[in-house]
Amino acid sequence: MGQSIKQNTGRSLDQTIFTKFLFRNPSIVIFLAALGLFTFGVTILGEGVGLGLISTSFVKTLGKTLCLCIIAIAMDLVWGYCGILSLGHFAFFGLGGYMIGMWLMFARTKLIVIESAHNAVLPPTPGEISDAVGAQIFGVVGGADIPLIWSFADLLWVQLIMVVLVPGLLAFLFGWLAFRSRVNGVYLSILTQAMTLALSLYLFQNESGLRGNNGLSGLQYLPGLEDVPQAIVSIWFFLGSAFALALSFIGAMFFVKGKLGNIIQGIRDNEARVRFLGYNVEGYKLFVFTVTAIMAAIAGALYYPQAGIINPAELAPIASIYLAVWVAIGGRGRIYGAVIGAAFVSLVSSYFTGGQASDVSLGFGVFRWTEWWLVLLGFSFVAVTLYAPNGIGGLFDRFNRSGDA
Amino acid sequence: METYRPLSMFLECLKPSFLGCCMLVAILLNAVVFVPSAAAQTFENLLAKHAPLIHKSSSKTVAPALSEIVDFGGSVVQKFLLTWRSKDLYFLKKNGQFVYVKKLGDGGMQLINVETGAAFATVNKAAIKQIKPNSGVRAKISASLVPFLLASADHDERAASLDALARDFNKSHLPLLGAAIKTETNVVLKRRLERAYRFGLIGFGLDEDAIEAAIYELEGDLSLETRAVLNPLLSDKLYVAATLPAGINLARVIVPGKTTKLADGKAGRQSIIGGAPVELSLEAAYNMLVDAAMSPALVSVKARNTALIDAVKDGRIGVEEAAGLDNEAARNAAYSSLVLNGSAAEMINQDALRRAVEGAVFYAVYDNPSQKIVTAAKTVLADIEGEVNFYQAIDLLVDGLSLASICFLAAIGLAITFGVMGVINMAHGEFIMMGAYTGYVVQLFVPNYTLSLLVALPAAFAVTFAAGVVLERLVIQHLYKRPLETLLATFGISIALQQIAKNIFGTQARPLTSPDWLDGAWAINDVLAISNIRIAIFMLGLVFLAMLIFVMKRTRFGLDTRAVTQNPAMASSMGINPDRINMLTFGFGSGIAGIAGVAIGLFSKVTSELGSDYIVQSFMTVVVGGVGNIWGTLAGAALIGTLQKGIEWLNPSNTLAAQTYMIIFIILFIQFRPRGIVALKGRAAGD
Amino acid sequence: MPTLLQVDNISVAFDGFKAINGLSFDIGHAELRAIIGPNGAGKTTFMDIVTGKTRPDTGDVRWGAKNTSLIRKSESKIAQLGIGRKFQKPTTFEAQTVYENLLMALANNRSPFAVLRYKKSPKDETKIAEIAGLIKLKGNLNHIAGALSHGQKQWLEIGMLLAQDPQLLLVDEPAAGMTASERAVTVTLLKDLAKTRSIVVVEHDMEFIRQLGCRVTVLHEGAVLAEGSLDFVTKRQDVIDVYLGR
Repeated sequence: MGQSIKQNTGRSLDQTIFTKFLFRNPSIVIFLAALGLFTFGVTILGEGVGLGLISTSFVKTLGKTLCLCIIAIAMDLVWGYCGILSLGHFAFFGLGGYMIGMWLMFARTKLIVIESAHNAVLPPTPGEISDAVGAQIFGVVGGADIPLIWSFADLLWVQLIMVVLVPGLLAFLFGWLAFRSRVNGVYLSILTQAMTLALSLYLFQNESGLRGNNGLSGLQYLPGLEDVPQAIVSIWFFLGSAFALALSFIGAMFFVKGKLGNIIQGIRDNEARVRFLGYNVEGYKLFVFTVTAIMAAIAGALYYPQAGIINPAELAPIASIYLAVWVAIGGRGRIYGAVIGAAFVSLVSSYFTGGQASDVSLGFGVFRWTEWWLVLLGFSFVAVTLYAPNGIGGLFDRFNRSGDA
Repeated sequence: METYRPLSMFLECLKPSFLGCCMLVAILLNAVVFVPSAAAQTFENLLAKHAPLIHKSSSKTVAPALSEIVDFGGSVVQKFLLTWRSKDLYFLKKNGQFVYVKKLGDGGMQLINVETGAAFATVNKAAIKQIKPNSGVRAKISASLVPFLLASADHDERAASLDALARDFNKSHLPLLGAAIKTETNVVLKRRLERAYRFGLIGFGLDEDAIEAAIYELEGDLSLETRAVLNPLLSDKLYVAATLPAGINLARVIVPGKTTKLADGKAGRQSIIGGAPVELSLEAAYNMLVDAAMSPALVSVKARNTALIDAVKDGRIGVEEAAGLDNEAARNAAYSSLVLNGSAAEMINQDALRRAVEGAVFYAVYDNPSQKIVTAAKTVLADIEGEVNFYQAIDLLVDGLSLASICFLAAIGLAITFGVMGVINMAHGEFIMMGAYTGYVVQLFVPNYTLSLLVALPAAFAVTFAAGVVLERLVIQHLYKRPLETLLATFGISIALQQIAKNIFGTQARPLTSPDWLDGAWAINDVLAISNIRIAIFMLGLVFLAMLIFVMKRTRFGLDTRAVTQNPAMASSMGINPDRINMLTFGFGSGIAGIAGVAIGLFSKVTSELGSDYIVQSFMTVVVGGVGNIWGTLAGAALIGTLQKGIEWLNPSNTLAAQTYMIIFIILFIQFRPRGIVALKGRAAGD
Repeated sequence: MPTLLQVDNISVAFDGFKAINGLSFDIGHAELRAIIGPNGAGKTTFMDIVTGKTRPDTGDVRWGAKNTSLIRKSESKIAQLGIGRKFQKPTTFEAQTVYENLLMALANNRSPFAVLRYKKSPKDETKIAEIAGLIKLKGNLNHIAGALSHGQKQWLEIGMLLAQDPQLLLVDEPAAGMTASERAVTVTLLKDLAKTRSIVVVEHDMEFIRQLGCRVTVLHEGAVLAEGSLDFVTKRQDVIDVYLGR
């Protein structure tokens, strides 16, 4: 059905590509409308600029959830569409967080140091400032020298580039090695998991220069903007996350609905055939892997300023597997499925594990959600895999037979 | 020997036993130590003469008294010294007579004559006073006792005195040792005496050649003591002079900021990566010049800043605004102005510092003036070092092997389910955990650790076998054609099992105690000791391997399994029920994971996260080794185990880094051998 | 007749088993050729080598007027040079429409970045419509490929090969599982196609090969046993021995 529309509109040149694209994919319009409404609602109800019915911490939770939706879209692209079950995308997410976290922490510490030296007889030299900043940041790991990787931590624009560059390069290198030697299927999954483990173990060391298991903290305060209340900052980040999610959604749809989408789905379904059609399958995989890694990194760079702290445990392999769980429950091979899965499962999980849900009293004992939620999640995940491989998105398909979205 | 009983505080753990050489000892005592003195003098008289020194003794003053007492000789002296040292010596307040005391039940004190050993009176506590020698005096007494005990008829006493000797060796002991060696009959003790004698020679000998000979005799002795004796011979000190003096035992000439100290005491060039640090930095060298009054003192940055701060008046230093001094150049300029008007000492800049250092000679001189001795010590130490390195390499290899055994144990169950059946089971780690918890629960009911271990192994197999069968029936059999989905579903199981374990057993670690016979170690020498538990795990690995190969190659079940994995349709047409075989194979692999869990639980903490620590490593082992092949898993485990230990050895401070590099290595390794070490080739390997 | 593909004395062994053993073989321009041989004769391995899936231990494969060596080239590079391959089992992208299947196969720039910026041109539309007509799937363009019949899938795959615009087509058992009428259509299709390009057909079905009426190469134990018309080769004693077993 979608195809006939495509052909009809294909020749009318009076429309811009973008409106054509929207017209062909009504789910984008629906999604953007829903997201806009949600964003508007939260902004109005939040503490920062609105009525104050939603606490700042919950605004942050919602903002973080939006970021998780972005990485879920990335995961859906790489797994649901391209068939690469990556258990490493949370590593890229975390790396993105680390890159922006370095600036947040460094710049803010520097401001504090300069502030505290305000009344000194001699104004501090650059060397003294950097010594003090080093002692402040790296005191906890028994060092005072600023590691080389922090050389540009003072410059926001460099760190912003790093957000894209570092995870992107890592993904490119890893992907190049893995795809080149035709590592496939579960082997690739295990290999990505190993990469994640290696990265998190590396970051756990004090020698990594990223404060070992202490991680980076105080990321919720924007350097130079300490006077702005968190209620406002949280709204900024919430809106930023929503905007990034909207862009990701449109971008992902553009990605999968064009010829590229056909090819990567072809790779998922029959890699050899695509190869014999003359496509460099390894190149495509690498492209998708790297692009989604960058998406994940950007999501992470938006997430951790809202979380306030990042440490290597965030990058543990288990996080990436949970990501796969979200996408599977939401319904892979559908961009909206990823969004639903990530939002639904992460919010419900934080509700039940956060202790908000009241315990159920059974005759012989008490059922504590905090204790049993993970068990339920695990088993329901098995059930979804067995009986509903299309996840929640599969339910939508029943109403919308064309599967268009 | 009966008389020694009351002195057992000192020899508490030694059980006196006759060696049947009393006669010999008596002769020896007379020959070596017994120097007859004025015949009329009694021991009591002698003591009375020195009473003030003994009552209030100090290590500085006690020496003459001690030496006269020792000269008196005989077992009476020995007993006196032992009692004195153990603070059991008393004197009568009324006349200062020294007595031994036996406490009676009614609180009274029975007095015993020091010389005759006869009880002669009973007094109450107030009449006597205890003598409490301080530690310095006790050490002197111990040293005086050595000749007595070294000649003792009792083997254990001789051994104990040798221990005492090692703690407080002095020159006078040398001839005693020499004599004792000649008469010693016990081989082990004789060897120890000889070694102690050599140590003594090295420490106190006067004859250069004798010392040198003693050093060479220590060749091949790996003990820590030997190294501790030899190393000080090579100690050196740094000196600075305008020119290199002659007639010194020169170790090396140092170029500050460039050379390093090598193991043989020579100066070495610094290597670019991973080398030893330079021995003497430019700054440290300059400070030596300052100490030797060859150069003026440095003004540190801190001192400069303090001087500047002190010089600030009304926000200014002279004409300069203090607020403008926010960089090094401005501060140096401001300080120069202070130097110019004479209110501060001149700063030495880097160039001047370098020139000053380059104008002097820095060198290290051996503390021991004899070149011969130093050379001998160097030679022998290098030789010992070589052997130590050899044993350390073996130790490392054993370490690697034991890690490899653990890898193998953890991975072998996976090698069956993943390698043979092609089913990826992310809950494999949780099966290991289940096995470990089974061991823990069994120990709650069976208190005997050996017995409980014997019960736990089959119990763990049974529990995890059952769990594996249930998992296969309920989940995996529906997913045989969808490996990625199997991965996800079993991951769900893994989350659930981990949380259930947490709910049942709590988050704290549970002990799985190993029996005593597993706790010891097999000590081969001072360098190499292999703990029993490692040997046991290695053996268990071997047993597993043998069992597995037997099951897969020699039993009907193994044949059926191989048939089903290779061609299920054909197998079922030949009357094999593939469902049943799949179920049993999966159960078998899971059961083995359970047994591995018990083994792993013995040396690591049993927590709900035990399994997740091993899962990635296990998959790596199987993948690196080559899927579908037990030998491959063995090769993978060996590679991973030894390599990880090897990396840890290169960077011992950091096991996390070792794991990181290990994984990076594996990722690269898969580039070159995508199908693992033991690869199935060609079409059989499939795509 | 100038040669298009020249296979020169290639050998390959799997675990000691010589799947191809000194095979030499030439195909001219616009030639239709059938390859027959018993199981294990090396027919599929031969195709794997030409298309770059398997690398031979020795020997060389040369292609086209420039005599380019195909050894060490990737599958996709070889496909781009103009060698198309049809598998034994029809392999189309079943989750996608016939139109999308054909679109993917079109011989356009195949780099990811070009594909991302790809816009349909009228030329491509015409080409797809043309091929759809040729493979009798014009009415099914918007159907999911998975919903097609077995024979239609075979045609779709051939159509995809055509969209690739190859100079040489390697076709593995095209008639397998087809009805008699579908087979007849396939024969005409292949014969038509062979007018403008070379085609190598691997087939077991002698009747199908007879209908093709082309030169036949018999493979046995990884080497050429006989070559000539079907009648000629089937009369040779060694060929009969190989087929019936000695």
